[in-house]
Amino acid sequence: MARDPKKKPLSVDQKRYTEMVEALAPKPTYLRNAMLAYLFGGLVSVVGQLLTDFYRLAFDMSPQEAGNPASATVIFIASLLTGLGVFDKIARYAGAGLSVPVTGFANSMVSSALEFKREGLVLGVGSKMFILAGSVITFGVVTAFIIGLIYAIFVY
Amino acid sequence: MAVKVGNQTWQLMRAPVVIETATVAGPLEGEGPLFADYDGVYAEPVAGERSFEAAEKEMMLNACFTALQKAGKTPSDVDIFLAGDLLNQTITSGFSALELKIPYLGLYGACSSSAESLIVASALVEAGFAQVVLAAVSSHNSASERQYRYPTEYGVHRKPTAQWTVTGAGAALVAAPDGPAARKASEQAARKTSEQTTAPKDGALPHITYVTIGKVNDLGIKDPLNMGAAMAPGAVDTLTSHFADTGRGPEFYDLIVTGDLGRFGHQLAVRLAAERGGFTLSDNYQDCGVMIYDFDKQDVHSGGSGCACSALVTYGHLYHRMLRGDLKRLLLCATGSLHSPTSVQQGNNIPVIAHAVSFEMTP
Repeated sequence: MARDPKKKPLSVDQKRYTEMVEALAPKPTYLRNAMLAYLFGGLVSVVGQLLTDFYRLAFDMSPQEAGNPASATVIFIASLLTGLGVFDKIARYAGAGLSVPVTGFANSMVSSALEFKREGLVLGVGSKMFILAGSVITFGVVTAFIIGLIYAIFVY
Repeated sequence: MAVKVGNQTWQLMRAPVVIETATVAGPLEGEGPLFADYDGVYAEPVAGERSFEAAEKEMMLNACFTALQKAGKTPSDVDIFLAGDLLNQTITSGFSALELKIPYLGLYGACSSSAESLIVASALVEAGFAQVVLAAVSSHNSASERQYRYPTEYGVHRKPTAQWTVTGAGAALVAAPDGPAARKASEQAARKTSEQTTAPKDGALPHITYVTIGKVNDLGIKDPLNMGAAMAPGAVDTLTSHFADTGRGPEFYDLIVTGDLGRFGHQLAVRLAAERGGFTLSDNYQDCGVMIYDFDKQDVHSGGSGCACSALVTYGHLYHRMLRGDLKRLLLCATGSLHSPTSVQQGNNIPVIAHAVSFEMTP
């Protein structure tokens, strides 16, 4: 097998330079990023909880049932904000606070769909919509299958 | 004729003249500190077109026609059109050439395309292939983002070393110094500058005197969000060769600019020059990616990048400063990283290149 470029060792020169770059590179403001992610992630969760309570009380649903329309509403809001061009501006600050909850998934789908509109409905929107979300779905399904298998073997 | 001096440098004995330039910028660049030097600023990134790619082509054509118009020329007066951009298969250049109807050679040197096109243009003029060459480059932030990184509306944190691809286009007309085009441009410049009291009244124009063609370097950087670090060694390598070949030092030039290293790359270049090149880059060394934005007001992280970065700064701001007599000797060292998303995903390092062009008011 041909050599994998990832495993190709660095020369002395390259090693010295990459170490220098690493030492000098401006570091992301981890604490600030984490705080902002915590705040925005919390905000999304609070909105989700309020929506769940709303559906539970207004439509007389069980807490489990109310979860689905609540997350659908959060997805709708995130998609709308992406479409209005606001989401990416907020996410520049919020970071993981918006990308880890379902809002991030919605954004990745809608932004891709918007981006590839000019390439047509079939080869653009239809196929490119999943360029970012595709791997989440693939590995989500694979993980669910494995967990399901383990559950089926050991629990039953 | 050109004479090769040293390993990588050519001295252009006829010293082709940059008779006219034009730049058009995107909205963010128009809000930057060099706004007064652009010939046009677009209010919207799509520039009234259907897509970002079409917008970039509109910008390149606008820059080309503006340069031609300022020089009092039509496309039929130009012998060869040279162009480069960042999009796959350099579609901006090809589609622009389709409308210009000038014999066309496409170039790709990533962000170093501006210097590459000037080098090829001056070589063609020097060798007598052409009297007048039009050299243009462009880049577009959104068109590049979607090709190299994520959809434009995708929300992510950007690393502090990440750079912002400049939206805009620049065009330069390079002509033989003894031809009618250069004479006319010189008369025009003399007329123009006589209205401004501070400018020299001799109608002098910048000549391209030396060009240094770079080698591809790889110092082990893999991160496409740290292009300044990847490209800094390329810039220093070419500058080292340029100084060794010409026998000049950094102090010979009023200003040395690198194309798009950004703040971090600029810092690394200064360090590398001292450690590896054995020369000192001091106050007369700047970077176009740093000059083009206002870091206090504009959230561009490490600075600008892209073909248009060096073109907007050099063909706009610096060209005007040379005409005003502010700068007599300018060295442009445009840097480019020759990776693609595929090469990065397959685990390769980022190969980089840099080309240097020396502009002098009196050859």
